[in-house]
Amino acid sequence: MIVLGIETSCDETAAAVIRDDRTVMSNLVLSQLEEHRAFGGVVPEVAARAHLDHLDTLIKGAMDDAGIGFGDLNGVAATCGPGLIGGVMVGMMAAKAIAAARHLPFIAINHLEAHALTPRLTDDLDFPYLLLLVSGGHTQILVAENVSVYRHWGGTVDDALGECFDKSAKLMGLPYPGGPHLEQTAAQCRNPQAACTRFELPRPMKGRPEMDFSFSGLKTAVRAHVDKLPPGDLRRDDVADLACSFQEAICDVLQDRLSRALAKFKAAYQTGRPALVLAGGVAANLRIRAALTSLAQDNGFRLVAPPVKLCSDNAAMIAWAGIEHLRLGHTHALNVAARPRWPLAEMSETTNAPGR
Amino acid sequence: MKNVYKDSMKWTSHSEAETARLAARMATNLMPGDMLCLHGALGVGKSVFARALIRALAGNPALEVPSPTFTLVQTYDTAKGPLWHFDLYRLQAPEEIYELGWEDAMAEAIILIEWPQRIQSLLPPERLDIHLSETSGGGRLLQLDLIGSKKDMSL
Repeated sequence: MIVLGIETSCDETAAAVIRDDRTVMSNLVLSQLEEHRAFGGVVPEVAARAHLDHLDTLIKGAMDDAGIGFGDLNGVAATCGPGLIGGVMVGMMAAKAIAAARHLPFIAINHLEAHALTPRLTDDLDFPYLLLLVSGGHTQILVAENVSVYRHWGGTVDDALGECFDKSAKLMGLPYPGGPHLEQTAAQCRNPQAACTRFELPRPMKGRPEMDFSFSGLKTAVRAHVDKLPPGDLRRDDVADLACSFQEAICDVLQDRLSRALAKFKAAYQTGRPALVLAGGVAANLRIRAALTSLAQDNGFRLVAPPVKLCSDNAAMIAWAGIEHLRLGHTHALNVAARPRWPLAEMSETTNAPGR
Repeated sequence: MKNVYKDSMKWTSHSEAETARLAARMATNLMPGDMLCLHGALGVGKSVFARALIRALAGNPALEVPSPTFTLVQTYDTAKGPLWHFDLYRLQAPEEIYELGWEDAMAEAIILIEWPQRIQSLLPPERLDIHLSETSGGGRLLQLDLIGSKKDMSL
């Protein structure tokens, strides 16, 4: 079984071809293509037009890389939400057109579900597992019980974690994209402990019984520290210390919130060696990976973190989610609509299982 | 505090809770067609204000109000009609706003905009500008300016 996947729900235009034996036959993301590097990348692609300009080329490229024609496909999958509606519609309509022209099944994919199913593509993971999804637009603790069946255990009440990274980096005078630059800068801090004392930051939500996050106040606290520093260009050492303290605060909060989820998961599900999956663009942060690896180990979990290329937005995960649904006989009519809001919990029909 | 102001007022908030109360009070006067523009630096409290206003309009103090930075706009159904919450931080050209359903929003909704300066040339002549800034004591100064309207501002 071979499925073409298309992703246009946010900044990335992407197309990929996946086979049901977990082979990634091709996986193209526009901003990673050589010819676009010359222009310094194409972020952010607010306009649907930008997706429209590149999608045909990307689909052709993905098919060529895979070495197949449309006649070899068993289905076409596209992100139909949640996301920026104009962009979503471009990818969805392209997929529907191919499906209609070639009489292929069309599969409408929830972008968040595709992230949640990625560890089954990369690590052949069995259900159920616990998932922390952290990106520029999302921050959620989920349990994946089965295809279409997810429990939402916690989420951010305000800013997403990746957004908090980007905005805090900007406050520190670091270039875009802020997340990676902040991480590199924090690594230059000579004395993390002293840095955390010097630039004390809050731990929003720490200690609360539920599993929600709040990052807006942390950004404001970073701003207060920056305002107290001498005016003009910030000193490298100061920024390194502040970045380090910021990252430690994030790790502290993630560990606190997740430790509750790990305990709840162990109580609710019986699995041999439970897995904690880290997904989303923020999963590229090595300090966070290290903090969660030790948290997982201390609690008898193993940490599964798909490679960065499959953690951030991509179409391989969309094609894979298509395969998961197609295997179960789930396909969608061509009149299905794009959905700007599409919470994962709404996919599930069961309501009496553990969790919310 | 006086009840009615002409077309400009200043207000100092000493806490997030106080800012939220002011936002909630302003929500009661809003109608579809009204536009609120929130100005101010990163971390000064635009989102705190927006969140409180949206929750008050929706009549749900626990409503999840995610930051629209990533999706650029989030829409809500409220008792007074639809509310569109824009965050134009990531916009690169003013015209990109039309890709986000701007004309629909203008026609039917209460509009709340963070980073409105990104579309300065396209802002309608009638709106309420709110400038947030930090005071020396760590509080927040809210400067409210009613632009282009004959109405009084009542709070």
